[in-house]
This record gives sequence, C-alpha cells and structure tokens, in this order.
Amino acid sequence: MRQRHVFSWAAWFLVTVNAAALLAGFVAPYNYETQDRLRPYAPPTRLHLVDCEGKFHFWPFVYMTRPGGESLTEYQEDCGQRFPVRFFLSGDGYTVLGLFSGHRHLFGVDLPARMYLLGGDGLGRDQFSRMLYGAQVSLFAGALAALLAMMGGLLVGSIAGVYGGAIDDLCMRVTEVIIAVPPFYVLLAVRAFLPLQVSAPVMFLEIVAVLGFVAWGRPARLVRGVVLGARERSFVLAAQGFGASRAYLLRRHLMPLAMNAALTQMAVSIPQIILGEVVISFLGLGMSEPVPSWGNMLAQAQQYHVLTAHWWMLLPALALVPVTLAYQALADVLGSRLQSRI
Amino acid sequence: MTTFKYSRFVSVLALLVGCLSLPGFGGLAPQEELLTTTAEPGRPGGRLAIGEPFEPKTLNPLNAVDQPSLDVIRRTMADLIHINRATLKAEPALAKSWTATPDGKTLTLQLRRGIRFSDGAPFDADDVVFSFQVYLDEKVAAPQRVLLLIDDKPIKVEKLGQYTVRFSFSAPYAVGERVFDSVPVLPRHLLEKEYQEGRIKQVWTLSASPASMAGLGPFRLKSVAPGERVVLERNPYYWKVDSKGQRLPYLDELSFVMVPNTEAQVIRFMAGDIQAISPLSADGYASLAPDQQKHHYKLYDMGAGLEFNFLFFNLNEDTEGRLPEVARKQAWFRDVRFRQAVSRAIDRQAIARLAYHNRATPLVTHVTPGDKLWFDSSLAAPSQSLPEARRLLQQAGFSWKPDGALVDSHGTRVSFSILANSGNAQQTQSATLIQSDLSKLGMDVHVVTLEFRATVDRILQSHDYDVAVMRMANGDADPNPVMGILTSEGSTHVWSMGEKKPPQWQLEIDRLMQQQMITLDFRKRKKLYDQVQQILAREVPALFLVSPNILVAARENLANVRPAIMDNYILWNSDELFWRTPAGK
Repeated sequence: MRQRHVFSWAAWFLVTVNAAALLAGFVAPYNYETQDRLRPYAPPTRLHLVDCEGKFHFWPFVYMTRPGGESLTEYQEDCGQRFPVRFFLSGDGYTVLGLFSGHRHLFGVDLPARMYLLGGDGLGRDQFSRMLYGAQVSLFAGALAALLAMMGGLLVGSIAGVYGGAIDDLCMRVTEVIIAVPPFYVLLAVRAFLPLQVSAPVMFLEIVAVLGFVAWGRPARLVRGVVLGARERSFVLAAQGFGASRAYLLRRHLMPLAMNAALTQMAVSIPQIILGEVVISFLGLGMSEPVPSWGNMLAQAQQYHVLTAHWWMLLPALALVPVTLAYQALADVLGSRLQSRI
Repeated sequence: MTTFKYSRFVSVLALLVGCLSLPGFGGLAPQEELLTTTAEPGRPGGRLAIGEPFEPKTLNPLNAVDQPSLDVIRRTMADLIHINRATLKAEPALAKSWTATPDGKTLTLQLRRGIRFSDGAPFDADDVVFSFQVYLDEKVAAPQRVLLLIDDKPIKVEKLGQYTVRFSFSAPYAVGERVFDSVPVLPRHLLEKEYQEGRIKQVWTLSASPASMAGLGPFRLKSVAPGERVVLERNPYYWKVDSKGQRLPYLDELSFVMVPNTEAQVIRFMAGDIQAISPLSADGYASLAPDQQKHHYKLYDMGAGLEFNFLFFNLNEDTEGRLPEVARKQAWFRDVRFRQAVSRAIDRQAIARLAYHNRATPLVTHVTPGDKLWFDSSLAAPSQSLPEARRLLQQAGFSWKPDGALVDSHGTRVSFSILANSGNAQQTQSATLIQSDLSKLGMDVHVVTLEFRATVDRILQSHDYDVAVMRMANGDADPNPVMGILTSEGSTHVWSMGEKKPPQWQLEIDRLMQQQMITLDFRKRKKLYDQVQQILAREVPALFLVSPNILVAARENLANVRPAIMDNYILWNSDELFWRTPAGK
C-alpha cells in the first residue's frame, strides 16, 4: 500500500515536471534569452498582498525594482506603482515542440516591471524561465538517452543470453569496454568531428547519442543475466521441447522478463544520465549559450561572488534532488515488482 | 740588506695585488655601483605567496613564453635598461647610463661595475655580449630574437671595454632603449659550455638544481614542488639599495603557488594561503570588495590597462579550398559595411557593465585609455545604434525576410558562430551579449565555447572558425610591440595571417607602422600612430570591445604596493615590497 503511494507520488511529480518542461514556452513568463541588462542578478521578486502603505489587496502584485546602492546588483522596490500578477498575458513568442507557436504566457506582470520568481542571472535573464527551458534539455536528454541505452542493452543482452558461447563472449567483452569508456572523452571526440556551428537540436541529439552510447553496457549485462536464468525455467524448456525457435522464445518468453529488468535499470539510470548531462554542460561541452541546460546554468555558479551573493543561481542543483529521488522511488517500486515476478 | 728586503716586500705585494685582481682569483673587484631606490625604506624579512593559474613551464628565459614562467624569470633575472612600470619610462638597470647617436642607429651602454650574479660571480660586458649572441642565434630560436631584429636585421653588439657595450641598429630605431626591457642578461660562466654544445635550451628546467642557476634579479631559486609551488629566496648580491643603504629585496622568500583559476585564488586569498592576487578578475573584485576592512586586505583598481578584448572576423585566405563554408561567409566579412554594422550593433557599455561589473572601458581601437601617451582621444568608442547598423546593412545589399531574418543579396540567411574560450567567463558573457545584440539585426549567431588550446589552435593553425573573441595585451606602452598584430606580415595578425594580397588600407597601416618605427621625433610618431588608429576605427578589421581594468588584491600590511598597468602588475617592484608587521602577519 505504502509502495503504491510512493509510486503514484513519484509518477505524478515526474509527469508534472516533464509537462511543465514540455510546455516551457507557455508556463515560463519569459523566453530563455530575454535579457534585462539593467537588472543583473536581480533577486527573486517578492509577491505582495500588502502595499507600502500597509493597505491589503486581494490580488497578488509586485513592485518594480530599481538598481540602488553602490553595487550594480543591489535593488530597491519602487513603491510608486503596483503591477498585479496577470494570467494568460501576451509576451515573448514561443513554439512548443516546433508544432504550434504562441505568445500567451500562463502568468506574468506587465512591462516595465519584471517578475523573477527564482531571481535573475548575470545578464538579467529570468532563472525560472531558464530552468524550465533547461529542463527540456536536461530531463529529456536523460530520459531519451536512458531509453536508447535500454534498447541497446536489451538487444545485446538478449542476443548474448540466448545464443551463448562465442557470441556471448564477444558481446560481453564489448560491453565491458563500453562500460570502461568515460563519456567525457567520447563527447570530446564527437565534438571534434562535428562542425563548429551546431544548432541546438543537433547538439541535443549529440548529447543523447553519446550518453546513450556509454550507458547501454550495464543494462546489457543485467538483461543477459535475466535471460540466462530464464532459459532454464520450465515453461521455456517446455516451449523448446515443442520445437519453438530461438526467435520465438526470445519474443514470447524471454523478452517480457528481460523487459522488466531493463525498465528497472532504466529508471535507475535516468537520474545518473541527467547528472551526466549536467556535468557535460557544466564543463562547457554541452549546450552553448544562450540555450540553457541545468548544467550550463550551474556553470555560472562556479564564480565565488555568485556563490556568496546570489544563492538563487544554485537552484538548478537543488532541482536535481527531487527529480533524482522521484526516479529512484520509481526504480525501487519497479525493482520490487520484478523480484516478486521472478 | 734592508733595501733588498724592502724592495722584495714591495715586489711580493705588487704580485699579490696583481694576482688578486685577475678574474680567476675573484679579483679585487671594483666598488659596487649600486642603484638607490626612492621607495619607502622597509624592514627585511617575511614571505610572500602569490597565486599563479598554472605551473611555469620552464625557468629558462630562452624557452619561456607563458606568463607564469615569465613571472618567475623576471624576478630572478634582470635587464640592461628597464621600463619602470609606474612611470612607463625607460630607466637604468644593469646599464647605469647610455648615450644614443643623433641618427638613432647606435646606443652605447655603461654597465654597473662590481655587481655580482646571485651565485657571487662577477658581471661584466662579456655576459652582455654572450647573452645577445645567444638571443640572436637563429639556431637557438629564442622568443626574444624577434624583438631584437630591426628592419629584419639583427642588432649588432660590441664590447668596447669591461663595462662598456655598443649596440648598433641597421636602421634608425625609435626608443631603441626600450628594446632591452625584459631581455635578461644570462650568466656566461654557467651557460657558455651548454651553448657551445648546443644544449642551452635544455638547461634550467623545473627539475634543475638551484646551484646550477644564477641571475641578477632580486631573488634566486630555492626549491620547486612540482605542480604545487616555486619558491624563490632573497638574492644577497642584488644591486639595489634603499635610501637608508639597506640592500634590497626585503622579503626573504617569494612563492608562486599554483591555483588553477581565479575563483580558487579568491578562496585561497581569503584563507590566507596567498597574500596577493595579480591580476584579479572583475568577479573576484566584486566578491572581495565588501570585506576589505574586516579581513585586512586592500583592493586596487588601476583603471584601463594595456589589455584589450576584441572580436574579429576570419579573413584568412583559404587558397586550398579546405573550408568552403568559411569562404562563403567571408563574402560578408570582407565588406566593410557589414563589419561596421556589426560594430554599431554591439552594446560595449553593456559588456563593460555586465561582464566586468563596470570595471572595463569601451574601446574603439587596440590603444586603450590606459596608454595615455599614444591614445588618440579624438576617437570615441562607437555607441550602439541599431538603426545605423540596419542602414549600413541595407547599403551593403542585405535585406530582411518577413520573419525578421537577415539575408544577403543571394537570399542566404546570415548565420555564423562566435568562438570563445570556455575558461574565461567574461569572454563567454561578452559573446552571449553580442549574440543577443546581433539577433536584433536578424542575424543567426551561435556562441561556441571551446577550451583555450582548441580555441587558439583554430585561430592560429586551422583557421576553421567564423568569428572569434579574444584577449590580448600590448607588451609595452609604445607602438613597436604591436607590429605583430597590426601589420599584414605580423605573427599575431590573427584576422588574416600571412596575408598575400592585403587591401589598400592594410598596406597603408604597414607603411605607417614601419615609418613610426624609424621616426625619432615623438610628435611625428604620435601623428603616424594616430593615423593607424583612425584607419582601424574606419575599416574595423577587428572590433575592439573593452579594456578590462587592472585589478589586484594584497594584504593591507604589505607595503610599497604600487600596482602598474604593465605586467606583472604587483610584482614589478617585488624588490621593494615589505611587511609592515614582522613575518608578514
């Protein structure tokens, strides 16, 4: 009962986060590259219900901030005008998955005020909007690469398990080599072959391909183990006795069992691959500016003054925690289901 | 008998004096001609540690091109005539005086008598002649050689006496005395054998023993911990004293600690592991500024230095047709109106404000306002004007599609990438701001960040890039060291290396730079150099962006800190630095 509860919470959380990322253009109040050069490192905007004169308002509003003090990054609220939070207001244009475009945003405030829910970065770009757009890269690259790795693992692991012998040996040695390859160097090599000017979708696919390529080794070994174990089970032996071909055995009996193992492994590896993408972008080898990913957003937090004075720049790292926990909760539940089936 | 004894005594005494005065016996050395400094007299003792971004590659001046190596070598060795980093004027160093002939072709230097290398061996004209023989030797291929070629011909060096040397130039050479700055004198007694055996570039590596090295700088090598630190100790034979007659330097030890990046340097500085940062980044300055008094350190903002950041278009000729994509884009880049449009679209003020926290100055050419003698104040940094940029693009035959995309006269979308060094946060931020500015003109611009070596390799070797941003520094507050950048045959003429058919304006720059080099009158030189700056501002082969301010940090009780705008910003007077409180506490 408790497990089901955890599963549903984790699943709903991941669905919500991924949906928000998918609809980033609509949910985010600004485009990821919209700058406000007069407000570098703007702190999170305060939502008010009570104005400067102590008067209560039923509808939340914000005040415009203006640079104040000696530093460029000190701001004061201008109590002169209230800017109520508005829904479905018109703003920066966007497209969702390249399928439809729009300029209405879920919420925001009228210009010239700005609403930095999670603060702004050094170029005055909204961190909340960039985190949503960044999630498109970080979360989807993780999920797609994990899917790629699972398919590769399923294919190689099944072939090795079913055929055995020299084929098994060959598959497993190749798998070990793949496990040993550090993704960082593969990415460096791939980057060297690609032209300098690479569009964001191509770079995204490159990241998915590289992360998927280096991650299929572990699922392959797991699937092989499951297939080897299942080969000796009575219903498989019975099918063999009735003259079932290897392809039939694989498709009808072995693959369903292996699939569960692979799915569990996939749930485990998604957060790892997401972290891999973050590391790659953090090192400047992933998405290039201005396209955000959680990794290249965190790269800005390397600077000492950002760490000490602008804590909101670390939020992409914080966002990784619930996402990782949710995927791990899913993996736990899937793992226990697999155990009960075997 | 008495007479005999007396005459024999005199003969023995004369013989003894004669023998002692021979160099092989150590000699009755002439009285030391020391240089008295005008800085505040200090107290001896204490250690100073300063961060370096990476380990020096060598301690041999014949191999050193990287900044950490130069930082160490310039503390252990000395030059004949030195450019004072505070006044930017040439001043006596190992040469106590010099005279130039009116035609500007000859300089005669009088050397200091009686001074010694850090191992106690005497210094004289033979060391100078030997040093320049090595530097000018083509087989040695020292990095200093190019600086010692005037009109493509090497400087001639002659010994006129034990302490007199004459240098002859093949053509009149303006400010000839500045050539000697940062060309250290080598110890003949230690290196002559290695030179004759052709091994001189293999000596003085990081693993060399301190006993095998000697110089005339304020410090000498004490130890090297590979990958961690290089420790120098006080040179007891140094040739400078303060106004109280105390021999410099004051510090017992000077350590260069390897700290990989500027952010880590800030953290190590706060922790007290290092006591000075030079240079400090604008981000580092912003981090340290609030706690100056509380943590007892001082920050210095010296304003614009000699460093400049610039963006340049790849105008390299691709004669072999290896890079068709680049060649296609060069049709745009070669049009001066396109370059001018890009220049007018860039918001230099925003780069200075956002990437450098307002600690940078917008530029129009490579000559920064910090270079007060040579800066052409009639030229102003271009302000951002998108309408002007659009007008220039229209004139050049570009047009806009209904969706706002800029296309050329063949209908091709204007799309290119800007290459930047991923290790430099300010450069990446500048490139991002430029990308955003140019997107307002409908250009499709991609920022590509690569690590430093890959970036340099593309710019200098493969030429496989569209547009790049880079940082360079003028080596001296004088036009001569920038010949390499500005002239078409220069080794760092990055936007068009080895240009075979330079455009007319480039030929004019070549001519003006050659002319100023052989013009002795300052006002005439300034006029010629102003013309060069005006051509650069008009033709924009490169878009000069900003000059970052020279920023340094040092502990409050470190005295005689007088940061300069030429490197090393803080250690240039390391011989005068001292701790006001004992042991640098």
